[in-house]
Amino acid sequence: MRAAIGTTVSERTSFPIDPSDIRRWAIAVYWPDPPPSAFVDEEAARASPHRGLVAPEEFNPFAWLAAREGGALDRAGGADVNRLERALGIPGPDLSFQLNGGLEAAYKERMRPGDVITSTTTLADYQERAGRLGPMLFTTTEDHWVNQAAATVKRARMTLIRY
Amino acid sequence: MTTAPPQVGDALPSFSRATGLDNWNRFAAVNDEFVPIHMDDAAGQAAGYPTAFGMGNLQWSYLHNLLRQWVGDAGRIESLACQFRSPNLKDQTVTAKGTVTEVHPRPDGWSVHLEVWTEDQTGARLCPATAVVTLTGAEEEAK
Repeated sequence: MRAAIGTTVSERTSFPIDPSDIRRWAIAVYWPDPPPSAFVDEEAARASPHRGLVAPEEFNPFAWLAAREGGALDRAGGADVNRLERALGIPGPDLSFQLNGGLEAAYKERMRPGDVITSTTTLADYQERAGRLGPMLFTTTEDHWVNQAAATVKRARMTLIRY
Repeated sequence: MTTAPPQVGDALPSFSRATGLDNWNRFAAVNDEFVPIHMDDAAGQAAGYPTAFGMGNLQWSYLHNLLRQWVGDAGRIESLACQFRSPNLKDQTVTAKGTVTEVHPRPDGWSVHLEVWTEDQTGARLCPATAVVTLTGAEEEAK
């Protein structure tokens, strides 16, 4: 499995971001209170320092469907705990459960309506640790998002815990 | 810049939500995250927890909400890093909090380092995190 570290596992391009994708995301993450006007009200947003609607930094333009999915992980599909290794063509850990262990992100350009985001995800690390629920495998992936102008939107890391 | 800079030890105004399926289902709908452990107590119990539990990604959003309400429209979230240490169980009240740990002047304002986290209604931390934000002088004037 360690030999696979550094492999690009996913290359996705989003559909153009729709203003209502942003609105729905903002409603969900602020619910039950209304979201800030910068995310829902185009007139108010035009008067803001952003000069128009922007997406919350953590907005996911790849939810539900991407316009293009080119990596092995994208073609693997499904949600089984061995999905990553299955995509890489190597034996998986055959553990029972998986959890999101942690996230890191460094932000640059804001996402706006009409933007098309391309994401490249690389397998960054495997670490094995003992946990309360037994042996645990920590898998870290790195993600680089750019917009249609090739400007970096964010660099992110996610740690998947399988046990 | 007409106001004093943020000070080490300053506490951010908190961001709090009562959590359960109402929140989680709405988030599942926008993030395509319809996972049994987030929707079904039996699945949460099979995974070793007393109930279904909320998405780490929603805790992540609550931390962003905390930072956004503090920096305002003219501020920026530069980076955020968190660890999901304890699950957000059903019916918990989750509160995102933060304190200033470093302040560095910039030509346009301040770069501010923060310790941030989410905690449950007993004060137990669910998701410890660190963040760096930029506060602008213009934003301070607007407050």
